[in-house]
Amino acid sequence: MPTFTPAHAEDVLSTVQWAAAEAAPLEIVGHGSKRGIGRPAQTEHTLDLSKLVGVTLYEPEELVLSAKAGTPLAEIEVLLAENNQQLAFEPMDYGPLLGQAPGRGTIGGVLATNSSGPRRLKAGAARDHILGIHAVSGRGEAFKSGGRVVKNVTGYDMSKLMANSWGTLAVATDVTFKVLPTAETETTLAVRGLLDDNAAAAMALALGSSAEVSSAAHLPYPAVTRVVDGGLGSDAATLLRVEGFGPSVAYRIGKLKDLLKNAGPLEEVAGAASQALWRAVRDCMPFADGSETPVWRVSMAPADGHHVVMALRMQAAVEAFYDWQGGLIWLAMASGDPEAGLVRTLVRQFGGGHATLVRAAPAHRTAVPVFQPQPPALAALSARLKAEFDPKGILNPGRMMQAGVSANVDAAKEGAST
Amino acid sequence: MTGLAMPKPDAATLGRRAKIVADLALVVPGEGVVDTVTEMRAFESDGLTAYRQLPLVVVLPETVAQVSRILKYCNEHNIRVVPRGSGTSLSGGALPLEDAVLLVMSRFNRILEIDFPNRTVVAQPGVTNLGITHAVDQEGFYYAPDPSSQIACSIGGNVAENSGGVHCLKYGLTTNNVLGIEMVLMDGDVVRLGGRHLDPEGYDLLGVMTGSEGLLGVVTEVTVRILKKPETARALLIGFPTSEQGGQCVADIIGAGIIPGGMEMMDRPAIHAAEDFVHAGYPLDCEALLIVELDGPGVEVDHLIGLVEKIAVDNGSTTCRISQSEQERLTFWAGRKAAFPAVGRISPDYYCMDGTIPRKELPRVLAGMRELSQQYGLRVANVFHAGDGNLHPLILYDANVEGELDKAEAFGADILRLCVRVGGVLTGEHGVGVEKRDLMPEMFNQVDLDQQMRVKCAFDPNHLLNPGKVFPQLRRCAELGRMHVHRGQVAFPDIPRF
Repeated sequence: MPTFTPAHAEDVLSTVQWAAAEAAPLEIVGHGSKRGIGRPAQTEHTLDLSKLVGVTLYEPEELVLSAKAGTPLAEIEVLLAENNQQLAFEPMDYGPLLGQAPGRGTIGGVLATNSSGPRRLKAGAARDHILGIHAVSGRGEAFKSGGRVVKNVTGYDMSKLMANSWGTLAVATDVTFKVLPTAETETTLAVRGLLDDNAAAAMALALGSSAEVSSAAHLPYPAVTRVVDGGLGSDAATLLRVEGFGPSVAYRIGKLKDLLKNAGPLEEVAGAASQALWRAVRDCMPFADGSETPVWRVSMAPADGHHVVMALRMQAAVEAFYDWQGGLIWLAMASGDPEAGLVRTLVRQFGGGHATLVRAAPAHRTAVPVFQPQPPALAALSARLKAEFDPKGILNPGRMMQAGVSANVDAAKEGAST
Repeated sequence: MTGLAMPKPDAATLGRRAKIVADLALVVPGEGVVDTVTEMRAFESDGLTAYRQLPLVVVLPETVAQVSRILKYCNEHNIRVVPRGSGTSLSGGALPLEDAVLLVMSRFNRILEIDFPNRTVVAQPGVTNLGITHAVDQEGFYYAPDPSSQIACSIGGNVAENSGGVHCLKYGLTTNNVLGIEMVLMDGDVVRLGGRHLDPEGYDLLGVMTGSEGLLGVVTEVTVRILKKPETARALLIGFPTSEQGGQCVADIIGAGIIPGGMEMMDRPAIHAAEDFVHAGYPLDCEALLIVELDGPGVEVDHLIGLVEKIAVDNGSTTCRISQSEQERLTFWAGRKAAFPAVGRISPDYYCMDGTIPRKELPRVLAGMRELSQQYGLRVANVFHAGDGNLHPLILYDANVEGELDKAEAFGADILRLCVRVGGVLTGEHGVGVEKRDLMPEMFNQVDLDQQMRVKCAFDPNHLLNPGKVFPQLRRCAELGRMHVHRGQVAFPDIPRF
């Protein structure tokens, strides 16, 4: 398994050109912190970007940062913190969930997986903050898109095309992100003891108020016992995060307390403890148990999520918790079977969305589609796009869809008229 | 048209016009097909009125099935199609072509669903931007992106153009506020991207569709995120003796961790034109006037007003007024919002540009513009979305003076070249359209443009949807599809293991 570890964008270009000419598949990795997500790859060669490092531009007053794709996320977060700034979309650290050390991952990987965290609800994901890229397509062509300014509609937004492409369209060599000020302070209001449906209602009420809640999660038992060293106890916790300038946070927390005074017992978690709590939610700590128990990441309309969990509990041994006001559902399938058909059927039945099998043993990830299958017309469009950018199928072949299959088609919708 | 080359009209299509009109009338019965010159005049131009062209025929479908059948028919018969929403594009994105069907989406004008628990609205594409806010206003919600044409522009057009507005530094552009769309491809296929949930699955085709200027598909439904209205908003009106000081004030506000709801700057000619028009009480003795609006809970707004006022004074402001009432806040904005018509009063015509620059380059770009202004002998006034670096120079000219439009366009092109040279871009929110099409090579080389065209090839391989827009030169998809590397012919046949 020869590994290429280029230190310059030109060497990435020549590597991909060589691979394209030889039709030699490449697995594209940064730190490999998310390598366990997707269909297991069997590529002869690896293109390792972890030596392609360095922040090339950082202008805090312009709210912009550029870095080479292999730059460690941790390094960028430290640099931003020194200037009271952050990546507002709060990229998740998959390390703990996937049985790896925390704190790894590259900025290129953040974009390729469209990473985000609890603040996704208010601030968006990586796709909403990427401003520009330099990349090498599967054809071995180096190109750029976007720029370094926050407002730009010049040509197609190809930078967004890199988000959630999992290295299958092009290899990013340089990325430019919008950065934002870190909030002066934060406080979390916890409503205790709510059942999932009541929690969904409480979160909808809070998000529909002018309290500017930036994150909303619900941790039922037993998930609630597995964050911040069991510090929350065992009663279900519905968490509402408020961030900003001190006087504003105090006022808005007061407003939320008034709004939810009859919902259940209320607790405040302030400052660093609040931050630690949201890091645990972000990194899916309730299921970070070092096992390969299948874990799903499901995105739905916020008010629909708990219906899926309720229905699923009738038919399978499942543990769940919610982020994004209930719209991001983390599911751990205790029996060891991913139950892919059941999960995806229920998601469709209760309003639609998508389900990704982010953790499972390789055998399961080979047997069932890890990423949400698409209706035929959309799957065909995605396959045409892949063929335009990587006609030889050399970039992470099979990772998002089975190699040799032209598209990730939803069998249940095959033949449905569109 | 002033020397703008459009794709050569297809003689076969022109020759079959009567048959095409009859066929389309079968798809869209009643008054859905407009083919008389008199009636088609209303559609010959969009917001970029310097360019006019009658279409082959105008079609106004009412259902998704009709849109699908029209596109499929045109695809099979090799007929070009130009989609149009409300026709407010400032870059000629909806400019008709002589041999193209103009597909007008204005009959798709209904709100389909309002969902307060999920804070989403599902609207047909012809609903106006402001129409969405009006539909949820009584519950205290609004749709954040607010292009200045919001009373008329359609949400489908907003998706096509990735429209912005004065609040987008804090609340994002269209692309950050749209959760899903339904669209019809040129071959008639109907696809849904995203939905009421966050993040579309698979490739981010929603992100690519947003801002694709009608070249990839026709939007038939839009799902947007709505927000609760801030409790209060107050504004500061700040004057500076130099644009450098105004620019530094903006940088210091952001450096202090404050992202205002809106932050606008005007230069001296724009200030004077606006004040003469609406008498907003703007100070006339300053070179740069800044409007900073802070929104949120009263306690937060009051806190931030204090911080911003101090930053303004530290940067040498000569005036700093703080709105004491909603009426006064609206007065501060009245001049800015009327800046375009105000400039229209002092000149027979004006040409609005739309570059974005890194903010720190503002003094250099303004100085460059002053030089160009002298060189071309045309006046220029500047309004500036200061928070995000989006410049709107207004070039003053008289279309009745022989050659002056050409001169204004050349002046505008030079401004955009200057924007690109300092690290900026050709267009921040108005789109490339036909207007900036031929300037694309200033920003992108041929390889860059080829990648964009490959996206086009995946969606519309025959280049039938809105051709002549965005790309300076159309390349056949078959030609683009060829691989140009071959075994043994690449630079590094025996690649070293780095």
